[in-house]
Amino acid sequence: MQQAETLSARPARRVRWMNRDRAIALLMIAPSALAIAVFVYGFIGWTAYISMTDWRGLAISTSFVGFDNYLTIFSTGRFQTNIRNLIVFTLFFLASCLVIGLLLAVLVDARIRFEGFFRSVYIFPMALSFIVTGVVWQWLFAPGNWPNDPTGINLLFKQSGLGFLQAAWTTDTNVVPGWRIEGLRTRIGIPMAMIPVVVAAVWQMSGFVMAMYLAGLRGIPDEIKEAARVDGATEWQVFRHITLPMLQPITLSAVIILGHISLKIFDLIITMTGGAPGNNTEVPGLYMYEITFKANKFAEGAAVAMVMLVVVALLVVPYLIYNRRTEVER
Amino acid sequence: MSSVAIPAPGRRRIRWSRVVVYSLILAFLLFFLLPVYLLLITSFKSFDQVSLSRMWDLPTSFSLESFNRAWNGGEGVIGMRGSFWNSVQMVVPATVISCILGSLNGYVLSKWRFPGSETLFTLILFGMFIPYQSILVPLVEVLREIRLYATIPGLVLVHVVYGIPITTLIFRNYYATVPNELVEAAKIDGADFFGIYRSVMLPLSAPGFVVVAIWQFTSIWNEFLFGLIITNDPQLRPVTVALQNLSGSQFTQWNVQMAGALLVALPPLLVYIFLGKYFLRGLLAGSLKG
Repeated sequence: MQQAETLSARPARRVRWMNRDRAIALLMIAPSALAIAVFVYGFIGWTAYISMTDWRGLAISTSFVGFDNYLTIFSTGRFQTNIRNLIVFTLFFLASCLVIGLLLAVLVDARIRFEGFFRSVYIFPMALSFIVTGVVWQWLFAPGNWPNDPTGINLLFKQSGLGFLQAAWTTDTNVVPGWRIEGLRTRIGIPMAMIPVVVAAVWQMSGFVMAMYLAGLRGIPDEIKEAARVDGATEWQVFRHITLPMLQPITLSAVIILGHISLKIFDLIITMTGGAPGNNTEVPGLYMYEITFKANKFAEGAAVAMVMLVVVALLVVPYLIYNRRTEVER
Repeated sequence: MSSVAIPAPGRRRIRWSRVVVYSLILAFLLFFLLPVYLLLITSFKSFDQVSLSRMWDLPTSFSLESFNRAWNGGEGVIGMRGSFWNSVQMVVPATVISCILGSLNGYVLSKWRFPGSETLFTLILFGMFIPYQSILVPLVEVLREIRLYATIPGLVLVHVVYGIPITTLIFRNYYATVPNELVEAAKIDGADFFGIYRSVMLPLSAPGFVVVAIWQFTSIWNEFLFGLIITNDPQLRPVTVALQNLSGSQFTQWNVQMAGALLVALPPLLVYIFLGKYFLRGLLAGSLKG
């Protein structure tokens, strides 16, 4: 009888089987979904809540103060300086990484000898911790008593007859041009001490951009370029009008990846400069750490964190939605 | 025949562009290797040769004093040996669990799609972009509550949870390349959820596991912020925090800092040297379109 039932119930049974498997599938992803719901979205909500209390000191406070903490941080010169530093860092870091990454990709793609070796050398810093990078570059950019008794890269310049290139690097307190604007408590311009930090970050990340562009370059069919060449296009025209446009999606991805790393930068700066001189290299990631875990201003720290989150989300969310759309279309 | 004259100028032009290409390639090589050079020569100098005014000079003798000091400590330096072990204890379980979770999630999200699964995937992905500053305080509170604050298992938990987005992404994209026909065929043969996983997915998963394991290993080893916040106990801190402490202390000679940096860099570097291809794949997978 059992056998008969199995035979006759076959189609129905298959549907039931599918349902059981679907349930298992949901069960399997549930722990991860739950963990993300709590550890990402729940905690973000919690932080948002903290940012609207007056929690200072070690005893938790829950009295609601609305957006006061946001007004407080935005009105301090220190946070305004942080934002200026972050903008400068992000612009220089992004631009340099994209240009150098693309240049390296084109160079490595130019049928050179020992291509694999060069490629490996350019990418290897990606395997290192920002802390390692920070420790090493900190000593490279330690200016010493320049110009007479320099250290680091200054010493190297002096020894190779390029003494005029010596600079104060991470100890440079100048902000160029350093405009003062009514109502702002920070000077507008490029904090010169940020330049060495950008160099170290570019050293670490440009190989990654190269790898992305290289994958893109290898994906462009030779026939298209060949057709243009046959039509009399110069190498530059081929690059400008065929290669570059076809690399555009990669540039977009690179901007998102580098952008979110840049907006969150913390490890490299705490190791290389600690935010000094003054607050000339301090960024929100570091400021949040300092005021939350050193000064116990939990509510203000939470406000800084929420500002960081919003900025990153403005960059990333449109990209995620766009990616999902194109994926569904596919 | 008439084209015989043409190659000559062409060849010369190509040769000039070659000169430019190779000069640039070598200039960048110098830029990328300069810190490595400094790191190596400084680490192998003995203490009496360490002088900032001669920092670019090659060591005149080979010495492991700096490594000894960085590793074992002494004269005010806390050795990194203990934190090295902490990092190993944190990285290995976190990597293993991450791989298993990522693989299961990727399998579900690529082969068992359900209404809303794409939205869920996007929501999970967002977790990999957030600044961790925005979850740190609640995280510490919760870890305290469940008695995992300032413990290695606590760090493992944190790295596993915040590793879910990237590991899920890599496995999902990897499993998307497995033909659905294989899954359908196994279903018709009567295989259930785990049967298909075992007989179809797992045998094809080796490269996916290698990519994810390498990715998680290097990023957890290199991670700093969680290590800093979640271990207030110097006995428990991972290597990156120990190195940062070493470099922040003004009493530590810089050759010891360099040796310490080299020690911290070594495990991921070895992975990169021997498994570079998979490391690169993980990197590119992080750019979503992998």
